[in-house]
Amino acid sequence: MNDTVQTTAVRPTLEVRHLIKHFAVRQDVFASLLREPLKVHAVDDVSFTVGREETFGLVGESGSGKSTIGKLIARLIEPTGGTMLLDGEDWLALRGAALRRARRNVQMIFQNPYASLDPRWTVESIVAEPLSTHKVVPRGDVHGRVAELLRAVGLEPSHAQRFPHQFSGGQRQRIGLARALALNPRLLIADEPVSALDVSVQAQILNLIQDIQERYHLSLLFISHDLSVVKYVCDRVAVMYLGRVVEVAGTRALFRRPLHPYTQALLAAIPEPTTKRRRIFAAIEGEIPSPIHPPSGCRFHPRCARARALCALETPEFRELAPGHWAACHYAEA
Amino acid sequence: MSVADGTRAASFVAAADEVLVEEHVPAWRKFLDELRGSSKGLSGFVMIVLVLLVTAFSPYLMPHDPTEQIIAHRFAPPVFDGGTYEHFLGADNLGRDILSRVILGTQTSIAVGFLVVLIAVVVGSTLGAISGYFGGYVDTAIMRLADFQLSFPFILLAIIFMAIFGPGFWSLVVALAVAIWVNYARLVRGETLKLRELEFVQAAHSIGVRDATIIVRHILPNVMPSMVVMATLDIAWVIIFEAALSFLGLGIQPPTPSWGVMIADGRNYLFESHWMTLGPGLAILITSVAINLFGDFLRDTYDPKQARL
Repeated sequence: MNDTVQTTAVRPTLEVRHLIKHFAVRQDVFASLLREPLKVHAVDDVSFTVGREETFGLVGESGSGKSTIGKLIARLIEPTGGTMLLDGEDWLALRGAALRRARRNVQMIFQNPYASLDPRWTVESIVAEPLSTHKVVPRGDVHGRVAELLRAVGLEPSHAQRFPHQFSGGQRQRIGLARALALNPRLLIADEPVSALDVSVQAQILNLIQDIQERYHLSLLFISHDLSVVKYVCDRVAVMYLGRVVEVAGTRALFRRPLHPYTQALLAAIPEPTTKRRRIFAAIEGEIPSPIHPPSGCRFHPRCARARALCALETPEFRELAPGHWAACHYAEA
Repeated sequence: MSVADGTRAASFVAAADEVLVEEHVPAWRKFLDELRGSSKGLSGFVMIVLVLLVTAFSPYLMPHDPTEQIIAHRFAPPVFDGGTYEHFLGADNLGRDILSRVILGTQTSIAVGFLVVLIAVVVGSTLGAISGYFGGYVDTAIMRLADFQLSFPFILLAIIFMAIFGPGFWSLVVALAVAIWVNYARLVRGETLKLRELEFVQAAHSIGVRDATIIVRHILPNVMPSMVVMATLDIAWVIIFEAALSFLGLGIQPPTPSWGVMIADGRNYLFESHWMTLGPGLAILITSVAINLFGDFLRDTYDPKQARL
């Protein structure tokens, strides 16, 4: 990185503090008069940082709020509370034209490669859209820059005049990546970028994303429900459950010694190809509870094998149990 | 990657040289291919082309001056009812050639049909897109306006317009456009609600594209097929209602020839000289059947989910 002496530590690319997102639940007039309006606690008091050129993973079941966090950071939806700093600057303070200009710093690749590209546009116009929107290159250079970007993601520049439906899922994901790269973002959000792809193609795309990240010095927020994918690409991982982060640690530490019972259960649920190690934990029992009425105290307690009385009463604090290894469990040491 | 080679490991190292899924066919060639395969679409299309040709070349096709009154030829019967080729479809109570007047009437009908639908599409899709894209109070306001408009019976609405602006070409056009803009507002709103959540729209948003640009470049082009289908079918509806309003004296005013006015004139002589209503009646029938056939074909091809069951 850079050689100049720095008095403070390098600022993280993204700092998320106490982020909250509640969605109002539609209900009829009479119901809303009688009781408090219902809301979905999609994201509840979530804090984490994504370091410079780091790959930070966000894992959780569907409904855990991980995709909502991605949309919040991309400013596709507005949070109910909390702050976000992008390179130390208040990312939520931006509005209107200033926000549109600043959006180039945070780009996103989406889960569904079949919906993320306008079916009526050629690949060239799709990849050129960010370029012309932000006028990053002169009009005459757009064509060349598109070709460059396509090459960077492993596509032929000669494919530029084709339409999305002429490509496979993996190739479309490459096109989406080229579009996201066009603006040289500081932070790239990858929301389940490979979960819609065949397993054989997944590895290609993951390698490509890692490759690109190194080459373009990107910070990467990697959202996935797939633990093996996260293990493969991430430096650090946050595990989410029902709108809260329950554990944050370096990937290796997390997989070697998970501290939160939920993380332990998730890891135990990964099918093992060998029969040497007997599975200690059974699959997690029950469904993820309703985010409209989240359980009291620790949100995992109704499904936790180690839950005790305290768990239903008090929300566990997020504690650093080992250097860089945080967990929110009353009995993490047990 | 081919299935045949069987080397699974190779697929992991191979670059992105997967086989292309399909060839891209330009929209117009797809249209022609579909049209050729559909007798319904083809017959409708041919008839529409004929009607449009008649409209364009009407000054050269009319055998008589449509306003010329030949007293001696009053109530002259058509060829198939004992008349002569001088008046193929007969003559009316003032001795005017009906064929010439029907031909000139296509201009009115086609002009009204296209103008009304054009205005309705522009106004309706703009309001619908705004409504669906931004939601909230704007959406509520526009949709309540649409409900309000729909609660008026159409004829009453037309009478109100004629009372305010006086009968004539433009008040007729406005009245009909007001009657159908809601179709487009609702269609576009519904599609926009769906498209807005699609990832390519979200992607454009996250890039920093303006909302208006997103609507114009991403949303509307993707609603276009459904809109064209609806517009085509609406043209037929408008032509029929233009005739209906003109028949009631609420639309086109004589001496401008209009099929509706001609039928109204012929009503008094329905039993003695049915041909006064037959000519314009057939013209309305042929035009609306043609447009409906073609519109049905378009719907089956481009918007199958809209098809009536």
